[in-house]
Amino acid sequence: MTPALETQMLVKRFGGLIVTNEVSLSVRPGARHALIGPNGAGKTTLINLLTGALTPSGGRILLSGEDITATTPFERVRRGIARTFQINQLFNDLTPLESVMLAVGERLGHGNRLFRPLAADRAVSEEAAALLERFRLADVMCLPTRDLPYGKQRLLEIALAIALEPKVLLLDEPAAGVPEEDRHEVLAIVRALPADVTVLLIEHDMDLVFSFADRISVLAAGRLFAEGTVEEISGDPEVKAIYLGDAA
Amino acid sequence: MSTPHSQIAAAFLRRKAAWSPLEAGLWGLALAAAFLFPSQQLLLSEIAILALFALSLDLIVGYAGILSLGHAAFFGIGAYTAGLFSLHVSAEPLAGLAASAVVAGLLGLATSFLVLRGSDLTRLMTTFGVSMLLAEGANQAAWLTGGADGLSGILLGPIAGTFDFDLWGRTGYLYSLAVLFILLLVARRIVHSPFGLSLKAIKRNSRRAAMLGIAPNRRIVVIYTISALYAGMAGALLTQTTSFVSPDVLAFHRSADVLLVLVLGGVGYLYGGIIGAVIFTLLRAWLSVVTPQYWMFWIGLILVALVVIGRDRLDPARAIALVRSRLLGRPAAKPVPLSEDGR
Amino acid sequence: MLTILFDGIAYGMLLFVLACGLAVTLGLMNFVNLAHGAFAMAGGYVTVVMMNRYGLSFYWCLPAAFLAAALLGAALEVTLYRRLYAAPHLDQVLFSIGLVFMAVAGIDYFMGGQQQLISLPPELSGRFSLFGVGIGRYRLFIIILCALLTIALQLTLTRTRIGSQLRAAVDDGRVARGLGINVSRIFVLTFALGSGLAGLGGALGVELLGLDPNFPLKYLIYFMIVVTIGGTSSITGPFLAALLLGVADVAGKYYLPSLGAFIIYAVMIAFLILRPHGLFTREGGK
Repeated sequence: MTPALETQMLVKRFGGLIVTNEVSLSVRPGARHALIGPNGAGKTTLINLLTGALTPSGGRILLSGEDITATTPFERVRRGIARTFQINQLFNDLTPLESVMLAVGERLGHGNRLFRPLAADRAVSEEAAALLERFRLADVMCLPTRDLPYGKQRLLEIALAIALEPKVLLLDEPAAGVPEEDRHEVLAIVRALPADVTVLLIEHDMDLVFSFADRISVLAAGRLFAEGTVEEISGDPEVKAIYLGDAA
Repeated sequence: MSTPHSQIAAAFLRRKAAWSPLEAGLWGLALAAAFLFPSQQLLLSEIAILALFALSLDLIVGYAGILSLGHAAFFGIGAYTAGLFSLHVSAEPLAGLAASAVVAGLLGLATSFLVLRGSDLTRLMTTFGVSMLLAEGANQAAWLTGGADGLSGILLGPIAGTFDFDLWGRTGYLYSLAVLFILLLVARRIVHSPFGLSLKAIKRNSRRAAMLGIAPNRRIVVIYTISALYAGMAGALLTQTTSFVSPDVLAFHRSADVLLVLVLGGVGYLYGGIIGAVIFTLLRAWLSVVTPQYWMFWIGLILVALVVIGRDRLDPARAIALVRSRLLGRPAAKPVPLSEDGR
Repeated sequence: MLTILFDGIAYGMLLFVLACGLAVTLGLMNFVNLAHGAFAMAGGYVTVVMMNRYGLSFYWCLPAAFLAAALLGAALEVTLYRRLYAAPHLDQVLFSIGLVFMAVAGIDYFMGGQQQLISLPPELSGRFSLFGVGIGRYRLFIIILCALLTIALQLTLTRTRIGSQLRAAVDDGRVARGLGINVSRIFVLTFALGSGLAGLGGALGVELLGLDPNFPLKYLIYFMIVVTIGGTSSITGPFLAALLLGVADVAGKYYLPSLGAFIIYAVMIAFLILRPHGLFTREGGK
């Protein structure tokens, strides 16, 4: 089966510093794949390479078997890669409704409509409202995003990505910074993501990784260090040494 | 299959794009001015034209976040086009207006590619450079533009063959006001469209916008072209209401003035240009009576004071939002910072 | 031909002295200061007043112009500029345009709108011929003086603590403060130095560039070209850009007078399209 997302010998250098070192990662369609590794292992760089925010120094990136290494970030989004950000990147003075409508509208190609009022785009506003309801954001959807509590903002981050109906979703520490009492809400949403969406989860929180992932890759110092099922990885003494020991 | 939530959403969106009584009142006042101040029609035309020019700038500065130091390029080319059109093609003003819009729009389209790349600084430089290039060109091409003396002897026929320009300038004012009104309606439509929403997203956080699949460059090209088209029409109105064009329409101070006008009125809500134009023109009329020749000093002082005191503290948009919330019991919108992008 | 080259070099060096302060505020401090030319104009008018009204020697006017512009710069930095380092570029643009307008109208009010003329000391006027190349004495004086200034500036920036402190302060003000660097003092000094050099350039330029109230607007584009094309990673970039611009402008005006300033604008736009980060910088970042 063609992997949903694949990297082949991916390399990124900043000057003399090699941050991503010949990473060959393969994520099968529909997977719940987690990418873990200590701080500075190059996880965020890898995401930036996958989404096109950074250009690799070498290697290839394939989406469902198609080479997307040279495409622009927005082209990749159209082809089905979406991501969330570790630190919220939201439009603070737009409302969640407008933000999600933006994502839905772009997916449907409505963004070039100059003279049609947003309010008349019922298909988009209904879909956005339904999505916001699913993400338990309906009651705050008409407030400026900056007035939302942090946990709700994290949910909006994910909702924006889901609104694009991606084939592959890159979740960059979705629960980071969320207060304990709102955490379960975020985790429930993450667990309830549609089964046909391939998810690559970058996460520090081992509980979340072990309960969510069916496959785990370990990144250390820019290299793919180990890969396997949850049992294999959690039982691997070397992984424990470099990672779990470090986290404990 | 409307759920309650989607109904709430639709109602919210409609309300956001709805006309407020304040807006209607403003237009009523503008129309009434044509009859209330018969001796001030030329000044009123000047305000309407400047307002349109500032509105065109607001489209790129306020909605797309592109700084320009050379917006006079489009104003000027529109002014010259209207003048040449009436001299060589047809004296009918609406046709001249359309010709100016097309020419300025084409120039905007051609130069929009210069503002796609780079930082605020390179954008300032390229826009500035383009306008200086045009100003120099207008000066040199005396066979076409009349050089430093400008184009004179421009005679205009009645608008649409019906409305003659009168001596007091009332036709001129009503004509300018009508063009401003129609173009504001169009701009309103654009701002409240999905396209307008995507512009706001690009301006606020272009990285995130790209991650929603928005290709920023095409959107910027489109809005920059529309903005140029608007500015060109403003220039055409100036030529048609004054029957004269000189290289002054391309001068640097015009680009600077229009920035000031926009900032005086407030950036990013369409009416800033109109309010700013009223304040600026009245202020200039008054200052040039008090200290003829040196009013530039006071304009400079206002600019400095405006920035040092803080634009958002003096922002009419905020004042209006406050009034509106008092009147209608809606929450006041917070002022929008120019750019939330890091750089 | 060689005379044109020589004149162009003199012109370019003068432009460099005028613009190098802007290279620092714009390039390093990321402040869009469109009022830079006003400091040059201040230096020019100090010279004119001292020479024509009080009959003082030209040589005294040069340091006086430097000092006056530097003091003016320092005063404005402390009272106004300082508040706007972190402000959006739009604010900086508006603010500095406002300053220019005030300077232009103010000078017009006090000094009148006419061109100002000075008579140079006899030993600096006239030309002499060297290997068949006509050399203006004053231009030679400018080249020598500006070359010395450039070397001194380069040494100050690379060899002294001020230079490294400035870089640290610009890179990260908080860290620099943590290292015990007095960031605001460094900024005042730098700003004053840049303004002072502009003032000196303005004084030297009265004879070459002319001086009237519109000076800051007329030459703004030249300063900005020097900075944007030269880049900001060192002072060598702006220096070479200024020389190039000087030679190109003089040659353009000599060979293609009908095109006027056309060429300069066209070349600048072309450069900005091809090398948006400057001619002499290596492609850094995105």
